[in-house]
Amino acid sequence: MSAPETAMRRVTAINNGTVLDHIPAGKALLVLKMLGLDGEMATPVSLVMNVPSGKMGGKDIVKVEDRELTQSELDRLALIAPHASVAIIRAYNVAEKRVVNLGEEVVNVISCCFNNCASLGAREPLDHRLKVATHEPLSLRCHYCGRTQDMETLVDNLL
Amino acid sequence: MTSLITMDDLSNDEINEVLETAEKLLPVARGEKYLPLLQGKILGNLFFEPSTRTRMSFETAMKRLGGDVVNLGSVASSSVIKGETLYDTIRMVDGYTDIIALRHPRQGAAQYAADSAEVPIANGGDGAGHHPTQTMLDLFTIKQAHGGLERLNIVLAGDLRYGRTVHSLAHALHRFNCDLVFVSPKGLRMPADIVSDLEALGAKITETDDLFGSINNADVLYMTRIQKERFPDEEEYRKVSGSFKLQASDLNEAKENMIVMHPLPRVDEITPDVDKTRHARYFEQAFNGVVTRMALLCKLLDVEIPEGEL
Repeated sequence: MSAPETAMRRVTAINNGTVLDHIPAGKALLVLKMLGLDGEMATPVSLVMNVPSGKMGGKDIVKVEDRELTQSELDRLALIAPHASVAIIRAYNVAEKRVVNLGEEVVNVISCCFNNCASLGAREPLDHRLKVATHEPLSLRCHYCGRTQDMETLVDNLL
Repeated sequence: MTSLITMDDLSNDEINEVLETAEKLLPVARGEKYLPLLQGKILGNLFFEPSTRTRMSFETAMKRLGGDVVNLGSVASSSVIKGETLYDTIRMVDGYTDIIALRHPRQGAAQYAADSAEVPIANGGDGAGHHPTQTMLDLFTIKQAHGGLERLNIVLAGDLRYGRTVHSLAHALHRFNCDLVFVSPKGLRMPADIVSDLEALGAKITETDDLFGSINNADVLYMTRIQKERFPDEEEYRKVSGSFKLQASDLNEAKENMIVMHPLPRVDEITPDVDKTRHARYFEQAFNGVVTRMALLCKLLDVEIPEGEL
Protein backbone atom coordinates (compact mmCIF):
# COMPACT_ATOMS: atom_id res chain seq x y z
CA MET A 1 0.00 0.00 0.00
CA SER A 2 1.46 3.41 -0.96
CA ALA A 3 1.93 6.18 1.56
CA PRO A 4 -0.99 8.36 0.33
CA GLU A 5 -3.38 5.41 0.50
CA THR A 6 -2.28 4.71 4.08
CA ALA A 7 -2.90 8.30 4.90
CA MET A 8 -6.38 8.30 3.39
CA ARG A 9 -7.37 5.27 5.40
CA ARG A 10 -6.60 6.79 8.76
CA VAL A 11 -10.17 8.01 8.61
CA THR A 12 -12.98 6.14 7.00
CA ALA A 13 -14.28 6.93 3.58
CA ILE A 14 -17.26 9.29 3.58
CA ASN A 15 -20.55 8.69 1.86
CA ASN A 16 -21.29 12.26 0.80
CA GLY A 17 -19.39 15.47 1.32
CA THR A 18 -16.07 17.15 0.57
CA VAL A 19 -12.49 15.91 0.95
CA LEU A 20 -9.70 18.46 1.15
CA ASP A 21 -6.33 16.86 0.52
CA HIS A 22 -2.75 18.12 0.25
CA ILE A 23 -3.16 20.75 2.93
CA PRO A 24 0.29 21.79 4.21
CA ALA A 25 1.18 19.81 7.35
CA GLY A 26 -0.15 21.41 10.50
CA LYS A 27 -2.56 23.80 8.78
CA ALA A 28 -5.78 21.75 9.01
CA LEU A 29 -7.10 23.63 12.05
CA LEU A 30 -6.52 26.93 10.27
CA VAL A 31 -8.37 25.55 7.26
CA LEU A 32 -11.37 24.72 9.44
CA LYS A 33 -11.33 28.21 10.88
CA MET A 34 -11.02 29.76 7.43
CA LEU A 35 -13.97 27.72 6.17
CA GLY A 36 -16.05 28.59 9.22
CA LEU A 37 -16.22 24.95 10.33
CA ASP A 38 -16.13 25.78 13.99
CA GLY A 39 -17.64 22.72 15.64
CA GLU A 40 -21.02 24.36 16.19
CA MET A 41 -22.46 22.67 13.13
CA ALA A 42 -24.11 19.26 12.99
CA THR A 43 -21.96 18.02 10.11
CA PRO A 44 -19.30 15.45 11.05
CA VAL A 45 -15.77 16.66 10.25
CA SER A 46 -12.67 14.43 10.35
CA LEU A 47 -9.15 15.60 10.09
CA VAL A 48 -5.74 14.01 10.04
CA MET A 49 -2.59 15.96 10.52
CA ASN A 50 1.07 15.39 9.64
CA VAL A 51 0.62 12.24 7.61
CA PRO A 52 3.42 11.27 5.21
CA SER A 53 3.03 12.49 1.65
CA GLY A 54 5.24 11.58 -1.30
CA LYS A 55 4.75 14.99 -2.89
CA MET A 56 4.82 17.22 0.17
CA GLY A 57 6.76 15.29 2.83
CA GLY A 58 3.85 15.73 5.23
CA LYS A 59 0.31 16.90 4.79
CA ASP A 60 -3.08 17.30 6.44
CA ILE A 61 -6.44 16.05 5.19
CA VAL A 62 -9.94 17.28 6.09
CA LYS A 63 -13.17 15.43 5.34
CA VAL A 64 -16.47 17.24 5.73
CA GLU A 65 -19.50 14.96 5.63
CA ASP A 66 -22.88 15.75 4.10
CA ARG A 67 -21.80 19.11 2.85
CA GLU A 68 -20.52 20.13 -0.56
CA LEU A 69 -18.43 23.22 -0.06
CA THR A 70 -19.12 25.94 -2.60
CA GLN A 71 -16.45 27.27 -4.91
CA SER A 72 -16.33 30.60 -3.06
CA GLU A 73 -15.84 28.77 0.24
CA LEU A 74 -13.12 26.70 -1.33
CA ASP A 75 -11.38 29.73 -2.73
CA ARG A 76 -10.71 30.83 0.85
CA LEU A 77 -8.55 27.73 1.12
CA ALA A 78 -6.10 29.23 -1.32
CA LEU A 79 -5.03 31.68 1.39
CA ILE A 80 -3.66 28.80 3.48
CA ALA A 81 -3.40 25.84 1.14
CA PRO A 82 -3.05 27.10 -2.44
CA HIS A 83 -2.17 23.63 -3.71
CA ALA A 84 -4.92 21.73 -1.90
CA SER A 85 -6.92 19.28 -3.95
CA VAL A 86 -10.65 19.11 -3.45
CA ALA A 87 -12.99 16.23 -4.19
CA ILE A 88 -16.76 16.27 -3.93
CA ILE A 89 -17.93 12.83 -2.83
CA ARG A 90 -21.32 11.37 -3.66
CA ALA A 91 -22.21 7.78 -2.73
CA TYR A 92 -18.58 7.01 -1.79
CA ASN A 93 -17.32 8.06 -5.23
CA VAL A 94 -15.47 11.13 -6.38
CA ALA A 95 -18.21 12.94 -8.24
CA GLU A 96 -16.24 16.11 -8.96
CA LYS A 97 -12.74 17.47 -8.55
CA ARG A 98 -12.42 21.14 -7.88
CA VAL A 99 -9.49 23.48 -8.11
CA VAL A 100 -8.76 26.08 -5.48
CA ASN A 101 -8.51 29.44 -7.16
CA LEU A 102 -7.23 32.56 -5.46
CA GLY A 103 -7.74 35.01 -8.32
CA GLU A 104 -6.35 38.52 -8.15
CA GLU A 105 -8.33 39.85 -5.21
CA VAL A 106 -9.87 38.53 -1.99
CA VAL A 107 -13.14 40.36 -1.35
CA ASN A 108 -15.04 40.39 1.96
CA VAL A 109 -13.20 37.40 3.38
CA ILE A 110 -10.61 39.09 5.56
CA SER A 111 -10.28 42.64 6.81
CA CYS A 112 -7.04 44.62 6.61
CA CYS A 113 -4.59 43.84 9.42
CA PHE A 114 -3.61 47.50 9.84
CA ASN A 115 -5.82 48.95 12.52
CA ASN A 116 -5.68 52.50 11.13
CA CYS A 117 -6.90 51.47 7.67
CA ALA A 118 -9.87 53.52 6.40
CA SER A 119 -11.77 50.34 5.50
CA LEU A 120 -12.03 49.48 9.22
CA GLY A 121 -13.99 52.61 10.15
CA ALA A 122 -17.21 51.92 12.03
CA ARG A 123 -20.15 51.17 9.68
CA GLU A 124 -18.13 51.94 6.55
CA PRO A 125 -20.02 50.07 3.83
CA LEU A 126 -17.51 49.38 1.04
CA ASP A 127 -16.11 45.87 0.43
CA HIS A 128 -12.99 44.71 2.25
CA ARG A 129 -10.51 44.16 -0.58
CA LEU A 130 -7.09 42.52 -0.38
CA LYS A 131 -5.13 42.35 -3.60
CA VAL A 132 -2.81 39.47 -4.41
CA ALA A 133 0.63 41.10 -4.69
CA THR A 134 2.52 37.86 -5.34
CA HIS A 135 1.30 34.28 -5.65
CA GLU A 136 4.53 32.46 -4.71
CA PRO A 137 5.03 33.12 -1.89
CA LEU A 138 1.54 34.44 -1.31
CA SER A 139 1.43 38.06 -0.25
CA LEU A 140 -1.60 40.34 -0.01
CA ARG A 141 -1.94 44.11 0.06
CA CYS A 142 -4.92 46.13 1.15
CA HIS A 143 -6.61 47.85 -1.80
CA TYR A 144 -7.19 50.96 0.31
CA CYS A 145 -4.16 51.55 2.54
CA GLY A 146 -1.66 49.49 0.54
CA ARG A 147 -0.27 47.73 3.60
CA THR A 148 1.24 44.28 3.13
CA GLN A 149 -0.75 41.82 5.23
CA ASP A 150 0.74 39.69 7.96
CA MET A 151 0.12 36.17 6.63
CA GLU A 152 0.68 34.58 10.04
CA THR A 153 -2.27 36.37 11.62
CA LEU A 154 -4.48 36.54 8.52
CA VAL A 155 -7.09 34.19 9.91
CA ASP A 156 -7.55 36.42 12.97
CA ASN A 157 -9.10 39.04 10.70
CA LEU A 158 -11.67 36.75 9.13
CA LEU A 159 -14.96 38.53 8.53
CA MET B 1 -6.75 59.75 -14.72
CA THR B 2 -9.78 60.19 -12.48
CA SER B 3 -8.20 60.65 -9.05
CA LEU B 4 -4.74 61.23 -7.61
CA ILE B 5 -4.31 58.86 -4.69
CA THR B 6 -0.66 57.83 -4.92
CA MET B 7 2.19 58.77 -7.24
CA ASP B 8 1.53 55.49 -9.07
CA ASP B 9 -1.48 57.23 -10.61
CA LEU B 10 0.92 59.34 -12.68
CA SER B 11 3.36 58.04 -15.30
CA ASN B 12 6.73 59.79 -15.63
CA ASP B 13 5.45 61.47 -18.80
CA GLU B 14 2.38 62.72 -16.93
CA ILE B 15 4.56 64.01 -14.09
CA ASN B 16 6.64 65.97 -16.62
CA GLU B 17 3.50 67.23 -18.33
CA VAL B 18 2.03 68.52 -15.01
CA LEU B 19 5.34 70.16 -14.07
CA GLU B 20 5.48 71.89 -17.47
CA THR B 21 1.91 73.11 -17.02
CA ALA B 22 2.82 74.40 -13.56
CA GLU B 23 5.79 76.30 -15.00
CA LYS B 24 3.49 77.89 -17.53
CA LEU B 25 0.95 78.88 -14.86
CA LEU B 26 3.51 80.67 -12.66
CA PRO B 27 2.36 84.21 -13.64
CA VAL B 28 -1.23 83.19 -12.79
CA ALA B 29 -0.15 81.78 -9.43
CA ARG B 30 1.65 85.02 -8.66
CA GLY B 31 -1.45 87.01 -9.50
CA GLU B 32 0.23 88.75 -12.44
CA LYS B 33 -2.24 87.30 -14.91
CA TYR B 34 -5.83 86.19 -14.55
CA LEU B 35 -6.78 82.95 -16.26
CA PRO B 36 -10.25 81.73 -15.20
CA LEU B 37 -9.86 78.21 -16.57
CA LEU B 38 -11.86 76.72 -13.68
CA GLN B 39 -14.66 79.27 -13.61
CA GLY B 40 -17.90 77.57 -12.55
CA LYS B 41 -16.07 74.67 -10.89
CA ILE B 42 -16.21 74.02 -7.16
CA LEU B 43 -13.55 72.35 -5.05
CA GLY B 44 -14.65 70.59 -1.84
CA ASN B 45 -11.88 70.97 0.74
CA LEU B 46 -12.34 68.08 3.18
CA PHE B 47 -9.64 68.31 5.82
CA PHE B 48 -10.36 65.94 8.69
CA GLU B 49 -6.99 66.86 10.21
CA PRO B 50 -5.37 70.23 10.76
CA SER B 51 -3.53 71.58 7.74
CA THR B 52 -2.29 75.03 6.86
CA ARG B 53 -0.26 74.82 3.67
CA THR B 54 -2.08 72.04 1.86
CA ARG B 55 -5.58 73.36 2.56
CA MET B 56 -4.71 77.00 1.84
CA SER B 57 -2.73 76.24 -1.29
CA PHE B 58 -5.56 74.09 -2.72
CA GLU B 59 -7.93 76.96 -2.02
CA THR B 60 -5.59 79.56 -3.51
CA ALA B 61 -4.95 77.37 -6.56
CA MET B 62 -8.68 77.01 -7.22
CA LYS B 63 -9.36 80.73 -6.78
CA ARG B 64 -6.41 81.84 -8.94
CA LEU B 65 -8.00 79.86 -11.76
CA GLY B 66 -11.43 81.43 -11.23
CA GLY B 67 -12.96 78.47 -9.39
CA ASP B 68 -14.69 78.38 -6.03
CA VAL B 69 -14.17 76.42 -2.83
CA VAL B 70 -16.42 74.96 -0.14
CA ASN B 71 -14.87 73.80 3.10
CA LEU B 72 -15.82 71.04 5.51
CA GLY B 73 -14.84 73.37 8.34
CA SER B 74 -13.80 71.89 11.62
CA VAL B 75 -14.60 68.23 12.14
CA ALA B 76 -15.98 69.10 15.59
CA SER B 77 -18.82 71.15 14.06
CA SER B 78 -19.55 68.79 11.12
CA SER B 79 -21.78 65.75 10.87
CA VAL B 80 -18.65 63.59 11.25
CA ILE B 81 -18.86 64.12 14.99
CA LYS B 82 -22.41 62.70 14.89
CA GLY B 83 -20.95 59.47 13.57
CA GLU B 84 -21.33 59.93 9.82
CA THR B 85 -19.25 57.47 7.82
CA LEU B 86 -16.56 58.67 5.45
CA TYR B 87 -18.61 57.05 2.68
CA ASP B 88 -21.70 59.17 3.47
CA THR B 89 -19.69 62.38 3.84
CA ILE B 90 -18.03 61.80 0.50
CA ARG B 91 -21.32 60.91 -1.25
CA MET B 92 -22.84 64.12 0.06
CA VAL B 93 -19.95 66.39 -0.93
CA ASP B 94 -19.74 64.55 -4.25
CA GLY B 95 -23.12 66.04 -5.05
CA TYR B 96 -22.04 69.57 -4.15
CA THR B 97 -18.69 69.80 -5.90
CA ASP B 98 -16.68 69.02 -9.04
CA ILE B 99 -13.56 67.80 -7.25
CA ILE B 100 -12.59 66.93 -3.67
CA ALA B 101 -9.29 67.52 -1.86
CA LEU B 102 -9.13 65.18 1.12
CA ARG B 103 -6.92 64.90 4.18
CA HIS B 104 -7.82 62.21 6.66
CA PRO B 105 -6.13 60.57 9.66
CA ARG B 106 -6.84 57.05 8.42
CA GLN B 107 -4.50 55.46 5.89
CA GLY B 108 -6.28 54.47 2.68
CA ALA B 109 -8.99 57.11 3.16
CA ALA B 110 -8.28 58.69 -0.22
CA GLN B 111 -8.73 55.41 -2.08
CA TYR B 112 -11.84 54.73 0.00
CA ALA B 113 -13.19 58.15 -0.99
CA ALA B 114 -12.30 57.60 -4.65
CA ASP B 115 -14.27 54.34 -4.60
CA SER B 116 -17.24 56.19 -3.03
CA ALA B 117 -17.32 59.28 -5.25
CA GLU B 118 -18.07 60.15 -8.86
CA VAL B 119 -15.92 63.30 -8.81
CA PRO B 120 -12.10 63.12 -8.76
CA ILE B 121 -10.32 62.91 -5.40
CA ALA B 122 -7.00 64.65 -4.77
CA ASN B 123 -5.25 62.98 -1.83
CA GLY B 124 -3.97 65.67 0.52
CA GLY B 125 -2.50 63.12 2.95
CA ASP B 126 -4.01 59.95 4.40
CA GLY B 127 -2.60 58.90 7.77
CA ALA B 128 0.93 57.61 7.33
CA GLY B 129 0.11 56.80 3.71
CA HIS B 130 0.57 59.07 0.72
CA HIS B 131 0.74 62.76 -0.02
CA PRO B 132 1.18 62.93 -3.80
CA THR B 133 0.41 66.62 -4.28
CA GLN B 134 3.24 67.41 -1.83
CA THR B 135 5.49 65.10 -3.85
CA MET B 136 4.56 66.93 -7.04
CA LEU B 137 5.42 70.32 -5.57
CA ASP B 138 8.70 68.88 -4.27
CA LEU B 139 9.52 67.56 -7.74
CA PHE B 140 8.62 70.94 -9.24
CA THR B 141 11.00 72.67 -6.82
CA ILE B 142 13.81 70.23 -7.63
CA LYS B 143 13.24 70.60 -11.36
CA GLN B 144 13.27 74.39 -11.10
CA ALA B 145 16.65 74.29 -9.35
CA HIS B 146 18.35 71.61 -11.41
CA GLY B 147 16.61 71.84 -14.78
CA GLY B 148 15.45 68.23 -14.55
CA LEU B 149 14.92 65.32 -12.21
CA GLU B 150 17.23 62.66 -13.61
CA ARG B 151 20.21 61.17 -11.75
CA LEU B 152 20.45 63.61 -8.87
CA ASN B 153 21.92 62.85 -5.46
CA ILE B 154 19.10 63.39 -2.99
CA VAL B 155 19.57 63.36 0.78
CA LEU B 156 16.37 62.83 2.79
CA ALA B 157 17.04 63.65 6.43
CA GLY B 158 15.23 63.62 9.77
CA ASP B 159 12.16 61.61 10.69
CA LEU B 160 11.94 59.17 7.80
CA ARG B 161 9.80 56.71 9.70
CA TYR B 162 6.63 58.70 10.25
CA GLY B 163 7.01 61.37 7.56
CA ARG B 164 4.64 60.39 4.74
CA THR B 165 6.13 63.20 2.62
CA VAL B 166 9.45 61.42 2.28
CA HIS B 167 7.86 58.03 1.57
CA SER B 168 6.06 59.23 -1.57
CA LEU B 169 9.02 61.39 -2.59
CA ALA B 170 11.57 58.56 -2.33
CA HIS B 171 9.46 56.38 -4.63
CA ALA B 172 9.01 59.18 -7.15
CA LEU B 173 12.71 60.14 -7.19
CA HIS B 174 13.74 56.56 -7.79
CA ARG B 175 11.61 56.59 -10.94
CA PHE B 176 13.91 59.34 -12.24
CA ASN B 177 17.04 57.32 -11.40
CA CYS B 178 18.13 59.50 -8.49
CA ASP B 179 20.58 58.20 -5.89
CA LEU B 180 18.92 58.27 -2.49
CA VAL B 181 20.64 58.86 0.84
CA PHE B 182 18.45 58.30 3.91
CA VAL B 183 19.81 60.10 6.98
CA SER B 184 17.94 59.57 10.22
CA PRO B 185 18.47 58.82 13.89
CA LYS B 186 18.09 55.22 14.97
CA GLY B 187 14.42 54.57 15.61
CA LEU B 188 13.28 57.01 12.91
CA ARG B 189 14.71 55.13 9.92
CA MET B 190 12.84 54.72 6.66
CA PRO B 191 10.40 51.79 7.15
CA ALA B 192 12.00 48.49 6.10
CA ASP B 193 9.21 47.62 3.66
CA ILE B 194 9.72 50.89 1.79
CA VAL B 195 13.50 50.34 1.61
CA SER B 196 13.06 46.74 0.43
CA ASP B 197 10.41 47.78 -2.13
CA LEU B 198 12.78 50.42 -3.51
CA GLU B 199 15.74 48.05 -3.57
CA ALA B 200 13.67 45.41 -5.35
CA LEU B 201 13.00 48.05 -8.00
CA GLY B 202 16.77 48.58 -8.35
CA ALA B 203 17.10 51.82 -6.37
CA LYS B 204 20.55 52.85 -5.16
CA ILE B 205 20.11 53.60 -1.45
CA THR B 206 22.53 54.59 1.30
CA GLU B 207 21.35 54.63 4.92
CA THR B 208 23.30 56.57 7.55
CA ASP B 209 22.90 58.68 10.68
CA ASP B 210 25.63 61.13 9.61
CA LEU B 211 23.87 64.24 8.31
CA PHE B 212 26.90 66.49 7.96
CA GLY B 213 28.94 63.89 6.08
CA SER B 214 26.16 63.63 3.50
CA ILE B 215 25.85 67.30 2.59
CA ASN B 216 28.81 67.95 0.28
CA ASN B 217 27.83 65.39 -2.32
CA ALA B 218 24.14 66.32 -2.34
CA ASP B 219 22.17 68.06 -5.08
CA VAL B 220 19.16 68.27 -2.76
CA LEU B 221 19.07 68.18 1.03
CA TYR B 222 15.49 67.52 2.10
CA MET B 223 15.09 68.12 5.83
CA THR B 224 12.09 67.01 7.88
CA ARG B 225 10.94 67.79 11.38
CA ILE B 226 11.86 65.45 14.22
CA GLN B 227 8.92 65.42 16.59
CA LYS B 228 9.49 65.43 20.32
CA GLU B 229 6.62 63.01 20.95
CA ARG B 230 8.46 60.26 19.06
CA PHE B 231 11.03 59.98 21.87
CA PRO B 232 10.73 58.29 25.25
CA ASP B 233 12.26 61.23 27.11
CA GLU B 234 13.31 64.84 26.70
CA GLU B 235 17.03 64.05 27.07
CA GLU B 236 17.00 61.53 24.20
CA TYR B 237 15.10 64.00 22.00
CA ARG B 238 17.56 66.81 22.71
CA LYS B 239 20.54 64.61 21.86
CA VAL B 240 19.07 63.53 18.53
CA SER B 241 17.60 66.85 17.48
CA GLY B 242 21.00 68.48 18.16
CA SER B 243 22.65 66.19 15.61
CA PHE B 244 19.97 67.09 13.06
CA LYS B 245 20.20 70.85 13.30
CA LEU B 246 21.34 72.50 10.07
CA GLN B 247 23.16 75.84 10.27
CA ALA B 248 24.48 78.08 7.51
CA SER B 249 28.09 77.15 8.34
CA ASP B 250 27.33 73.48 7.63
CA LEU B 251 26.76 74.43 3.99
CA ASN B 252 30.20 76.00 3.33
CA GLU B 253 31.41 73.03 1.30
CA ALA B 254 28.08 72.23 -0.34
CA LYS B 255 27.74 72.17 -4.12
CA GLU B 256 27.02 75.59 -5.62
CA ASN B 257 23.53 74.66 -6.81
CA MET B 258 22.57 72.37 -3.92
CA ILE B 259 19.16 73.26 -2.51
CA VAL B 260 17.81 72.81 1.02
CA MET B 261 14.13 71.85 1.13
CA HIS B 262 11.67 71.32 3.98
CA PRO B 263 7.93 70.56 3.86
CA LEU B 264 7.41 72.98 6.79
CA PRO B 265 6.57 73.69 9.54
CA ARG B 266 10.13 73.63 10.82
CA VAL B 267 11.06 73.82 14.47
CA ASP B 268 14.78 73.61 15.29
CA GLU B 269 16.11 71.56 12.41
CA ILE B 270 17.03 74.51 10.18
CA THR B 271 18.32 77.64 11.90
CA PRO B 272 17.12 81.00 10.49
CA ASP B 273 20.64 81.88 9.21
CA VAL B 274 20.19 79.20 6.53
CA ASP B 275 17.29 81.26 5.10
CA LYS B 276 19.77 83.84 3.80
CA THR B 277 21.98 81.37 1.96
CA ARG B 278 21.59 80.66 -1.77
CA HIS B 279 20.69 77.09 -0.86
CA ALA B 280 17.46 77.79 1.06
CA ARG B 281 14.45 76.87 -1.05
CA TYR B 282 11.72 75.98 1.45
CA PHE B 283 9.61 79.12 1.13
CA GLU B 284 9.64 78.88 -2.68
CA GLN B 285 8.76 75.24 -2.15
CA ALA B 286 5.68 76.26 -0.13
CA PHE B 287 4.67 78.75 -2.84
CA ASN B 288 5.12 76.02 -5.45
CA GLY B 289 2.30 74.18 -3.70
CA VAL B 290 -0.09 76.66 -5.28
CA VAL B 291 1.14 76.44 -8.85
CA THR B 292 1.57 72.66 -8.79
CA ARG B 293 -1.94 72.19 -7.41
CA MET B 294 -3.26 74.53 -10.10
CA ALA B 295 -1.75 72.26 -12.73
CA LEU B 296 -3.08 69.15 -10.96
CA LEU B 297 -6.60 70.59 -10.62
CA CYS B 298 -6.63 71.28 -14.37
CA LYS B 299 -5.47 67.74 -15.10
CA LEU B 300 -7.96 66.11 -12.72
CA LEU B 301 -10.81 68.23 -14.10
CA ASP B 302 -9.67 67.52 -17.65
CA VAL B 303 -9.32 71.22 -18.46
CA GLU B 304 -6.97 72.09 -21.34
CA ILE B 305 -4.30 74.75 -20.84
CA PRO B 306 -4.22 77.22 -23.79
CA GLU B 307 -1.34 76.60 -26.21
CA GLY B 308 1.47 79.13 -26.53
CA GLU B 309 2.25 81.95 -24.15
CA LEU B 310 -0.49 82.83 -21.68
